[in-house]
Amino acid sequence: MAKSPASKPSKTKAASVSTDAIANRERPATPVPYKASKEELLEFYRQMLLIRRFEEKAGQLYGLGLIGGFCHLYIGQEAVAIGLQSALTSGKDSVITGYRDHGHMLAYGIDPNIIMAELTGRAAGISRGKGGSMHMFSTEHKFYGGHGIVGAQVSLGAGLAFAHKYNNDGGVCLAYFGDGAANQGQVYESFNMAELWKLPIIFVIENNQYAMGTSVNRASAEDQLYRRGESFRIPGLQVDGMDVLAVRGAAEVALDWVRGGKGPILLEMKTYRYRGHSMSDPAKYRSREEVQSVREKSDPIDGCKEDLLKMGVAEDELKAIEKEIRAIVNASAEFAEQAPEPDLSELYTDVLVETY
Amino acid sequence: MAIELKMPALSPTMEEGTLARWLVKEGDSVSSGDILAEIETDKATMEFEAVDEGTVSQILVAEGTDGVKVGTVIALIAGEDESAEAAPAAKPVPSEAVAAPAVEVPGPVATTAPKIAADPALPAGTAMASVTVREALRDAMAEEMRADDRIFVMGEEVAEYQGAYKVTQGLLEEFGPRRVIDTPITEYGFAGIGTGAAMGGLRPVIEFMTFNFAMQAIDHIINSAAKTNYMSGGQMRCPIVFRGPNGAAARVGAQHSQNYAPWYASVPGLIVISPYDAADAKGLLKAAIRCEDPVVFLENELMYGRSFDVPAVDDYVLPIGKARIVREGSDVTIVSYSIGVGFALEAAEKLAGEGIDAEVIDLRTIRPLDKAAVLASLAKTNRLVIAEEGWATCSVGSEISAICMEEGFDDLDAPVLRIANEDVPMPYAANLERATLINADKIAAGVKTLLGR
Repeated sequence: MAKSPASKPSKTKAASVSTDAIANRERPATPVPYKASKEELLEFYRQMLLIRRFEEKAGQLYGLGLIGGFCHLYIGQEAVAIGLQSALTSGKDSVITGYRDHGHMLAYGIDPNIIMAELTGRAAGISRGKGGSMHMFSTEHKFYGGHGIVGAQVSLGAGLAFAHKYNNDGGVCLAYFGDGAANQGQVYESFNMAELWKLPIIFVIENNQYAMGTSVNRASAEDQLYRRGESFRIPGLQVDGMDVLAVRGAAEVALDWVRGGKGPILLEMKTYRYRGHSMSDPAKYRSREEVQSVREKSDPIDGCKEDLLKMGVAEDELKAIEKEIRAIVNASAEFAEQAPEPDLSELYTDVLVETY
Repeated sequence: MAIELKMPALSPTMEEGTLARWLVKEGDSVSSGDILAEIETDKATMEFEAVDEGTVSQILVAEGTDGVKVGTVIALIAGEDESAEAAPAAKPVPSEAVAAPAVEVPGPVATTAPKIAADPALPAGTAMASVTVREALRDAMAEEMRADDRIFVMGEEVAEYQGAYKVTQGLLEEFGPRRVIDTPITEYGFAGIGTGAAMGGLRPVIEFMTFNFAMQAIDHIINSAAKTNYMSGGQMRCPIVFRGPNGAAARVGAQHSQNYAPWYASVPGLIVISPYDAADAKGLLKAAIRCEDPVVFLENELMYGRSFDVPAVDDYVLPIGKARIVREGSDVTIVSYSIGVGFALEAAEKLAGEGIDAEVIDLRTIRPLDKAAVLASLAKTNRLVIAEEGWATCSVGSEISAICMEEGFDDLDAPVLRIANEDVPMPYAANLERATLINADKIAAGVKTLLGR
């Protein structure tokens, strides 16, 4: 469930004068869970399951040595990308994220084959094999990466929002970053300018509780990350990032706020990653029980499945979806394994656009 | 004893200024803090305050006088014990007399630009206008902005203040706050916003007040702007210009005096341009703004106020990646860029007096480097020195030296010589700073050593 600060009015009343001034500012509405139709919820389920199975497969391929370097899996966080991106207007709004980017691309309906082929470094990959897991883009979908430097995408996202405003195209930028990136200085430089210039941007903190091996509490003086924008007058909402309908509900509120010309908004998505930070992370900083407990109690896909069953969707229908997804993912792995590596002649292409 | 009021230096690089207006007249009594005059520097109009009490006994430089050298006595103030009337009546000196430089102003840059060979690409008889480097840069931006609405200028003090070094003067008035944007002091942030805006289809011109501050933003210049096209398999364009003054200014110490050309020039995916004169500043900045690739455009604060001939043609655009022979010669090649070109030309003049005929090449673009031009000149002269206002270690000079050895070894009659700044952080003391920087004498001496003279 969404837990916004506005849902606890008693606390604000007891506060000092300066906090009253903050309370007197216009606040976004308290999000309510999105009322999805059966078809919509089935689609959310399908997409989340695609990310889950795709990432599991990527993990396997990494283990087989087919994927190299760093590979950051999105398992556990599926509801965030699906809930948010399902609310965007395709071709108008833009998205940018960090290196944990496979899920955000799949959420756009980008062909899993070319994503997987990028992970295996093949010519058919979306970046022609030259980007890898952390550096994938689809300008066609207005998906601007896929950035490997923690926090860089926040300033770049503010730049995309600047372009939306400059062109007056009605678009909004969705800029994702993690709880770790939330401590980078450029995030706050960007908050300042985004609010100063009322840029159309939704800052999304995917708080999966651990910045690599460091828990939020060990790294953040203010660990309620939704408050991190308040000193820039950017309102923040804390959202249950394990519930796709809560996420989508928050997305609606955020989009209303930003499209209304009120400037940026910050969403803190409380989520959890089941796997290590990257494939080489043994995750010794947390207990197996902790992970297991989240999986059992708040898995976004299981939650969605329960809702679907309650809506009267037959178990068989869900099994059919599961089967279909497995086939898609297996085919992508097959494709990514078989596709040829880039030709050596590609080594020097795309360094520059022009010839001098 | 009358107190002499001298033309003040109101910025680190000011050598002369305009006495725009007197706010006192002879016979007025003044006290400390009174505003005596308005003085226009190359950067701004400044108020000149009295620091002593007394009576203005004589005004020696009339208002409206241009080119008043720093240190020129502009007025006399009689102290309390003196009578202002006692001073001999004298008319203000006419401006011509003052403008003539009575004393050589100490400073690393000669005020008169050495002669540059005409650009062979220009048709003979092309009309020329004398333009400062500062104006040339501004004109380049303004012309491009008129032609393309996607272009905007962003940086600290670029709009309402008219530019920390007045390079963006007048742009806000013409293009408005949508396209000429003052930022907070937040280099990392606005470099990222500019880069993101370029990725989103705009064509930003990002001004750094100096490239020293771009160190805070170098991550976006290199990791975001330079690499994304490659990492995306050619999908993500980033047509952005990062521009601002680079290299040593005057007496601003180690943190504000550094040449970043070698840093950026080592990065594939970037274009690095560092012009010397006003024509190149204009033609290359226009090319940089039109370029589909990210460009680091390195200017020089000491060059901003200097005037050069700029072709008075409608759309003066120069090719990126082409060096230029600014002086033909046959005995030795001096390769340089930015402010170093002026020193190299001066050195060539001195050497000519000693019977040494030096060719001077202005690289203009540092990446991609015009190797062909360097090697062709080497093939002609068989000796080469690089004059670089910067450190020698891992420098542009080091790169040229390696190229000459790898690709021009058979043409070399002597080892390539790097003439560069001393290998120290820039000192503040005037004499130490002078000793650190390259100059024409050091270049000439280096050439003579190379030639065994």
